[in-house]
Formats: sequence, structure tokens, C-alpha cells
Amino acid sequence: MCLAIPMRVKEIHGQADEPASFPVAMVDENGVRKSVRLDIVDRWPKVGDYLIVHAGFAIHTLDAEEAETNLKLMREMADHVAGQSF
Amino acid sequence: MLPDNLSDPFRDRELSARLAERVHAAVQRPLRLMEVCGTHTMAIFRHGIRSLLPDTVELISGPGCPVCVTSAGDIDQIIDLASMPGVILTTFGDLLRVPGSSGRNLAEARAAGAEVEIVYSPADALNRARNTDRTVVFPAIGFETTIPVIAATVLEARAEGISNFLLLVSHKVVPPALEVLLADPELAVDGLLCPGHVSAIIGARAYEPLADRYGMPCVIAGFEPLDVLSAILLLVRQIRAGKGEVENAYGRVVGEHGNLRARQMIERVFEPCDARWRGLGEIPGSGLTLRPEFRDHDARACFGLVPRSVPEPKGCRCGEILTGKVTPRQCPLFNTRCTPAHPVGPCMVSSEGTCAAYSRYSVR
Ligand code: SF4
Repeated sequence: MCLAIPMRVKEIHGQADEPASFPVAMVDENGVRKSVRLDIVDRWPKVGDYLIVHAGFAIHTLDAEEAETNLKLMREMADHVAGQSF
Repeated sequence: MLPDNLSDPFRDRELSARLAERVHAAVQRPLRLMEVCGTHTMAIFRHGIRSLLPDTVELISGPGCPVCVTSAGDIDQIIDLASMPGVILTTFGDLLRVPGSSGRNLAEARAAGAEVEIVYSPADALNRARNTDRTVVFPAIGFETTIPVIAATVLEARAEGISNFLLLVSHKVVPPALEVLLADPELAVDGLLCPGHVSAIIGARAYEPLADRYGMPCVIAGFEPLDVLSAILLLVRQIRAGKGEVENAYGRVVGEHGNLRARQMIERVFEPCDARWRGLGEIPGSGLTLRPEFRDHDARACFGLVPRSVPEPKGCRCGEILTGKVTPRQCPLFNTRCTPAHPVGPCMVSSEGTCAAYSRYSVR
């Protein structure tokens, strides 16, 4: 039920400060273009960012760097450091 | 360079294996870790996480499937409404087979003539209302991940004056339910794997009172193999060090304070109320209902429905399953009278329910 999928932004339609309209980002899902609502997203995305999409709405924006940082932490955790027992 | 599909790098097999090795090296005694969120239950099965872990680490599922914890009384109201003339009921698909107190479900109501349509987003439900004169009802079931999406849809309906769009609200919020779980002296859990997408909205800080009060290690996890394994490793390390803190293994999605915009949107449309959880009972302040100024979109108000308290199905041990006291195979109905095709209890109905996951992946 709380499934939300990361999708990469290809285009953006509308603007953050246009409260009366319903801005969307266009994303690619397995080769199919889909629109994702941006009403509740925490940070306004730019093309190339990733959106975490739940039930047609983006709930979070992240850029490649933030994803890399997370991945780097995991790599560090996986590395066996000499002298460290666990 | 990261690929367009951001899930891929977080499924790296070699890195998974090394994280699992670190878990093996760190575990000192048998541990029971609870994954609060049903989406984690599914991810753990789908990615075969258990097979990577030491036998001494037991993963148990908590009350984190919104459909499973919706009370039988609320399900009855949804089925009754769907059967009313002039109503189109639009719903997420996982509600179709949930039995109400009489055992009847929405799929059967539909076969008997009720208009029930599956939607992917509440925005689709609103769209349905735009294109018909009839009353479109959407059962608003969900946790903090889904609630802002529904709030946005209500605001859109209001902005456009779409008055034939009604919600049957059974929203629940996660922290009060965790509080009830942790306060239970019989709960035998060493650490919590906290839900990733609920936390994207409420933020990592939301768990601090729980970690402080109960000394419970809490780690927020995403849903890919590396996410789950690194969160388990952090939990095991905390337990080993005798700590009970909040850590965040899903930093790319979850911040300290969550999504402020979404939280404001929830506040604008909904207000706290008491709510009945299947298996856990009535929990004060654990629900959200429409604010008075949005009551014209409230199906209960419009149809004069009164809350009903109906008994849980006989013999079903979901209450003990949702609190981690028993596993599905300890229920005499599991895979006999209760199956995914013919569920008796709520844990079997949703694909994210513990019993359904155990049954589908044939865990004996
Ligand atoms: S197997 Fe069915 S009856 Fe038994 S606890 Fe699970 S849902 Fe309830």
C-alpha cells in the first residue's frame, strides 16, 4: 500500500508558484511516458532528478548526488575494516 | 552515472552479499526484528532477504498494512455504500476481496450489480466524478504516505466545485500504533525496521519519542535489498551496543522532518480522531478525519452513516500476528479455511498482509 517507485524526470509542465493549476512532471516508466502530479512534492524537481511516486503523486524529489551519498554509505558499511570486529 | 532506473544500483548482488556477511559477523544472540510496514514484508519475500540472514535473526511483520488494519465495521460501510443506487465506488484494487463482518466482499457486491471500479490514484476517482452525474465514493484508506495524496485530491475537488466526489475516510497514522505495540509488556521485539515512505512524510524525528521512552532501536529502511540489509545491520549493531536510537538508512528519501508541504496539506484537510484498528482495537488519536469545512465531501455525513462496532472473524489470530506474538502457521485456519482466494481474516486479504505473504511464498 505504501509502495512508491523512483522515476526520472524528463519534462516539467507548470510552475511551483501556480497554486490554482496542477503542475506535473513527465517521467518514463518502462518506456512509457507518464505524468506525475507535483502538488505535494517536498522540493521542486528539475529534469534529470528522481521522483518518488505514490499513487500518481510525487512525494519526494532527490538528485543523483543524494542517491550516490546513500549508496556510498552502504558501501562503507559493507566494507570489512581491518581491526573492526563487526 | 546512475541509471534512469534508480532501483538497480540498490539491488547490487555483490554488495548485498557483503552486507549480509557483516550481519552474520555482528549477530551474537537470537534476535527478533519487526518490519512495521507491509511493503517491507513484501520486499523481504520478493528479494529473498531471509535466505541471506543468519537463522538466529527472525523477521516478524507488524501492523503496517492499511487494508489489514481497517476495521470490519468500516469494510461493511464500504460494501453497503457500493450497493446503494446511484453510487459508483472507486477503489484501490486490494480492497476488493476484503470480507466484511458477514464474510461478503466488494467483488461479490459487484457481481450482484454494485458499480465498483478500480483506480490507481485518487485523482482517477475524482476524474470519474467529473464525468458523471452520479455520486462517486472513494474509500480513503491509508497511512501517512497516502493521506497527503488524498488531501491534494480533496483540495482539487473543492477548487473545481466537484460536489459528487465523496470520501469514506478510514485513515490511520503510524506512531500511535507503534506506541501501543511498544507499551505491550508481552511484545518480544529487539528492534524496529521503520517504514520508508511513511517516514518520507513524517520524518525520522517522529520516532525519537518511541526510541527514547522504550529504549527501542529504530532504523528507517527503504525497499530494495541493500536498503533492507543495511538497516538490519544498523539494528544489529545498535542491539549489540545496547543502544536504542533512531537511525536512517534511507537518507535519499527520508529527511529529519519529512515532507513539510505534504504535512501542511494533511493538516489543512484532516484533523485527528480516535480510530479502531483491526487486531489492535481502539487507539486514541490514531485516525484522521475530514475537517468540518470539508464535510460536504464526507460520505458518512452525506449518507448519515453511523460507526458500527462488529466482531472480528472467529478463530482469526490476526491480532496476535500484527503484534508479532504468533506467526501465520500457528493459526489453525492458515492455508486451510483461510487462503488468499478465500480470506477469513484481514492479514490474508491484502497482498501485503502477513498471512497472504506467507501463503504466497509458501513459508511453512
Ligand atoms: S490465517 Fe487467516 S484466519 Fe488465521 S490469522 Fe491469518 S488471516 Fe486470520
